[in-house]
Amino acid sequence: MRPITEYLHSNLTPGESGDLLWIFVYVVVIFLGISLAVLLMNWLERKILAHMQIRLGPMRVGPHGLLQSIADALKLLIKEDVIPSQADKIVFWFAPIIVVMTAFTLFLVVPFGRTHAVTDMNIGILFMLGVSSLGVLGVIMGGWSSNSHYPLLGSLRSSAQMVSYEIAMGLAIVSAILMTSVASGTGTLSMIGIVESQYQQHRWFAFQFFPLGLVALLVFAVAMVAETNRAPFDLPEAESELVAGFMTEYSGFRWSLFFLAEYASMIAVSSIAVTLWLGGWLRPFPNALSGAGWDGAFSFVPALTFVGFGGLCIYSASRMPKVRGMKLQSGGLAAFGMLLGAIGLLMCAPALRARVQDVYWFVFKVSIFMYLYIWYRGTFPRYRFDQLMKVGWKVLLPIALAVLILTALVGVRQELFSVVAEAVR
Amino acid sequence: MNKGFYESLDDVEQGRTFLDSTELVLNMGPQHPSTHGVLRVVLKLDGERVNGIECIIGYLHRGIEKIAESRTYPQFNPYTDRLDYVAAVSNSFAYCMAVEKLIKAEVPKRAQYLRVIMAELARLSSHQVWLGTHALDVGAITPLFYLFREREEILKIFEKYCGARLTTHAFRIGGCQYDAYEGFEKEVLRFCDLQESRINEYEELLTSNRIWLQRTKDVGVISGKDCISLGVTGPVLRGSDVKWDLRKAQPYSSYEEFEFDVPTGKSGDTYDRYLVRIEEMRQSLRIIRQAVAGLPEGPIMAKIPKVLKPPAGETYVSMEAPKGELGFFIVSDGSTQPYRVRVRPPSFVNLQALEKMVRGRLVADVVAVIGTLDIVLGEVDR
Repeated sequence: MRPITEYLHSNLTPGESGDLLWIFVYVVVIFLGISLAVLLMNWLERKILAHMQIRLGPMRVGPHGLLQSIADALKLLIKEDVIPSQADKIVFWFAPIIVVMTAFTLFLVVPFGRTHAVTDMNIGILFMLGVSSLGVLGVIMGGWSSNSHYPLLGSLRSSAQMVSYEIAMGLAIVSAILMTSVASGTGTLSMIGIVESQYQQHRWFAFQFFPLGLVALLVFAVAMVAETNRAPFDLPEAESELVAGFMTEYSGFRWSLFFLAEYASMIAVSSIAVTLWLGGWLRPFPNALSGAGWDGAFSFVPALTFVGFGGLCIYSASRMPKVRGMKLQSGGLAAFGMLLGAIGLLMCAPALRARVQDVYWFVFKVSIFMYLYIWYRGTFPRYRFDQLMKVGWKVLLPIALAVLILTALVGVRQELFSVVAEAVR
Repeated sequence: MNKGFYESLDDVEQGRTFLDSTELVLNMGPQHPSTHGVLRVVLKLDGERVNGIECIIGYLHRGIEKIAESRTYPQFNPYTDRLDYVAAVSNSFAYCMAVEKLIKAEVPKRAQYLRVIMAELARLSSHQVWLGTHALDVGAITPLFYLFREREEILKIFEKYCGARLTTHAFRIGGCQYDAYEGFEKEVLRFCDLQESRINEYEELLTSNRIWLQRTKDVGVISGKDCISLGVTGPVLRGSDVKWDLRKAQPYSSYEEFEFDVPTGKSGDTYDRYLVRIEEMRQSLRIIRQAVAGLPEGPIMAKIPKVLKPPAGETYVSMEAPKGELGFFIVSDGSTQPYRVRVRPPSFVNLQALEKMVRGRLVADVVAVIGTLDIVLGEVDR
């Protein structure tokens, strides 16, 4: 019992405290949480996209199709596992595993809160960049080993795309890292450290050196869509051109692994953006609405969200048609609403309130990016391959480079002035 | 190579590939999401660049022209609905006009107007399917649903008029079988008002969308001269700045009584064809409004014999179908069945321009160009 409570009072990440038990717990919780988030994201994407396209989306499996993604996951699991006879079997087998491994490994350093990260590496952001670029290896392997033309073209597109967008992405990240050194004089690559320095500077990096931070965020926001192969940069799996791109020959469980990895890496890159520019787990409006009173008020928001969603579920359940066939559906939705409400009420407890709000704000910010992903997909046509390269190399890269140089210059402007003044004298 | 890799057509002409590597032969279709049915396109690729292209058709061949020889004239009429099935009304229209010319029947004014209204509605629905699928090919998945929402209204009008939604069999030789139903005019006019605002909605989504512009401008360019020498007609021809519309050039079914413009494009690229078709939708609404306003009273069927035996001879009648010039060439030997029927399908002829438009371009352009040609395989293969 003692090690458990000892850790809880320590205010450290499990990695820092070296507590193996808690590391294990965190890894399991994050793995399950991300998997659940992917399922939820799948449902949300289909629902939101459907409403954008004047459709209803899934409505049959569970109330408002809530269980649709679980049903789909089950279907994929029990499907026949096909490996094409001409495929390079070992590589074909390894490709989805690599993709999933890299996508989930990223979450080792993602700080969901001051203490809510598996570990705090001092090269956290570098680790994230490195691991996320490993994912393309799996894509290339999958496309190559399928021994088929569409996957081959898809994987070649994917590799070229990832390589060219990674650079703009990296430069944008560097400009954010430069900003960490503004107040303290020494910068940091640690994900937690980056958020902490935003806290110390009382400013999210998106608004630091306005508009430099914002431009860097925009560059990153574009590059991360390309990095995760999502519309309008979904060329590797362009449905109308390459059928399903590098995933054409995959089916069943292996295909669902690619799917899982895609959504997991979407969440991962969104959390990089949130950590670097939008203050990570910090609550919004730290300057305008500061003080203990506001802190207390904001700490109730997570509980309120849950209670609100619970109420919404119960309200929708009450509006469902009162016929025999719908009893299970409306009852299920009402029960789900009550569960959410109960969780919300539980969260009002002071001990829990303090612990969950970090995670809440982090997830809240990430979900804004996730919504944007869906919105892009509903709105934009797809880029052509050469245009995609042009955007990467001729637009994003110069902008990111300029932002980086300007950030550096603005950061050292005082020293610069004194040096110039010295020289003039 | 000093010239840009993707801009040099010389290499394509001489069959050179990048680093002298072998060509990749990609079999697109007959099952492919964006070949609009069962078109099979064999692409010779150098990387992503298209070096050669070959269309293989016939997967939907049903021998409709041969069937005609063993059917009586009225019996063959419903078969024509299966040619261009997204604008079935137009096919029946052209076929009926051809037979009417053979038997020298004069179609009553009211029937002519009804035919114009239905044919223009069919043009709208055809263009809606085209825009939806074309946008889907280019990667915009949302417009499709908006377009099918309005198409549903047209199909409802068809259904109320003749009982069928897709393969309508709307007209009969000599006129129309059904008169306009109760409240037809009101419903059509209401639809026109709705569609007018909805066209603006489509344009908001696409016309000035940067990605849409990049994907369609200077893609699949074809000159008016090439169009004429290949026999390309319809919006594709008009997009290349050739003002040729059979409704104006040789008016049929009282088209001379309506006021409408023939939109043309300038550069003959995919974007111009898109604009031409969008404008054509507006002009169709204009025609429908005029036709509904001036719908005359009177009979809807000409006096034609119960058993049709056209005098021996031949005729060719063509009309401006949504996709181009649709013609029926009918040879009669004086019996109840045609001796030979030949269809001049716009889709089949327009498809011939594909190679010219995509050689040396990228794979993604092939998909965009197939979309902009607006082919229907039922008509290509017959």
